[in-house]
Amino acid sequence: MDYAPLWLSLKTALIATIIVFLAGTFFGRLLARRQFPGKSAVEAIFLLPLVLPPTVVGFALLYIFGKNGFIGRLLIDWFDFQIVFSWYGVLIAAIVVSFPLMYQSAAAAFQQYDPNLERAAKTMGASRWRVFRTISFPLAWPGLLSGIVLTFARALGEFGATLMVAGFIKGVTDTIPLAIYFAVESGNMETAKTWVFLIVGLGFTAILWLNWWSRKKMQKHIQP
Amino acid sequence: MLDVHIEKQLAHFNLTVSLAARNEIIALFGPSGSGKTTILNAISGLAKPDYGHINLKGRRLFHGGKSMSVHERKIGYLFQDYALFPHMTVWKNISYGMKSERFAKDLMKELDIEHLAAQYPRNISGGEKQRVALARALATEPDLLLLDEPFSALDENTRVRAHDELRRIHQLWHIPVILVTHQHEEAEKLADVIYYLEQGQVIRTKKKEPPSVYS
Repeated sequence: MDYAPLWLSLKTALIATIIVFLAGTFFGRLLARRQFPGKSAVEAIFLLPLVLPPTVVGFALLYIFGKNGFIGRLLIDWFDFQIVFSWYGVLIAAIVVSFPLMYQSAAAAFQQYDPNLERAAKTMGASRWRVFRTISFPLAWPGLLSGIVLTFARALGEFGATLMVAGFIKGVTDTIPLAIYFAVESGNMETAKTWVFLIVGLGFTAILWLNWWSRKKMQKHIQP
Repeated sequence: MLDVHIEKQLAHFNLTVSLAARNEIIALFGPSGSGKTTILNAISGLAKPDYGHINLKGRRLFHGGKSMSVHERKIGYLFQDYALFPHMTVWKNISYGMKSERFAKDLMKELDIEHLAAQYPRNISGGEKQRVALARALATEPDLLLLDEPFSALDENTRVRAHDELRRIHQLWHIPVILVTHQHEEAEKLADVIYYLEQGQVIRTKKKEPPSVYS
């Protein structure tokens, strides 16, 4: 059996999670306690990939990054670099569909502690970065971590948008979910079964671990 | 030392306040919602006035719309709920913004909280929290100390002790202190000058007679 889909899936999910974690944490903190006109619209755009069918997300990505899309065109003209039907297409699809989960977790995490803690740190001479590093981030960490796990799981399981943007190219874009679909389609039930068990196991473990960890962490974090 | 004139439009009224202090304790006394905390926030830089100036020890904290950032102001701020960092021990809290370790340790001794150094805030009493928060604010060696209802969460005995402590610390310290309170007795007992606030205006000031020796 060819394990390439496993490594490809893990690599994609891992890199997507890192990027989404950074972006989601940044925007989550930025918007958590800020009120401005149009905030709801911005948040709606951030969360849209969560409610849209993945095929719609895939269509939008094709529209943007495809050979005739406005970014896709530029990348081809300037760098001779094509995103669609490459691993980068797989990565971008994973990033876009999992971002809402990270953003939501991060925004909630940054809202759940007393804002005076950050203010107090500032009055003690801490720069913005130091306040973030020593106060905001550690206090939001339990929420951020659950965001990371959800992001990883979502990125690992992405199918619809990936298929539209990256297609099924053996050794290039065949992640586990795609491998399952095409194994079934070609009647290769044994292969499909293996992948199914593997991905169920991964998801199950991730959730168990997260629950155990957050229960442990929450006890430590509860404020009198 | 401290010279403040601020104007700020709030939801229900226009806050207009002028105050000046040497090394004395000023009490801002008034009902909730009279703008007391907003004044502290403006002075500390957590809120921006619409208009005015704030000078402290020859430094311009706010002038002509230009605002010095909060972390450069050298102002100690004791929040009503103390805002102790829950994920740090008492010592980590106090050393967070300290200038010198020796001084921070002296402060802890002075406030009788040395033995709490390794504790987390959730494991100490209300009175202890208040003293830790005070030590934490003073450890930064501020030019001004702001106290937002610092005694309101304490029981009667602890409060009396905390009052005495503030008096004592102030004698050692000699910096201006602004104390926000809605308890008149407290203002009378602790302050050299009381500013009576209502709807964002100072309606009356009262100086303590005879003036205390160290003001």
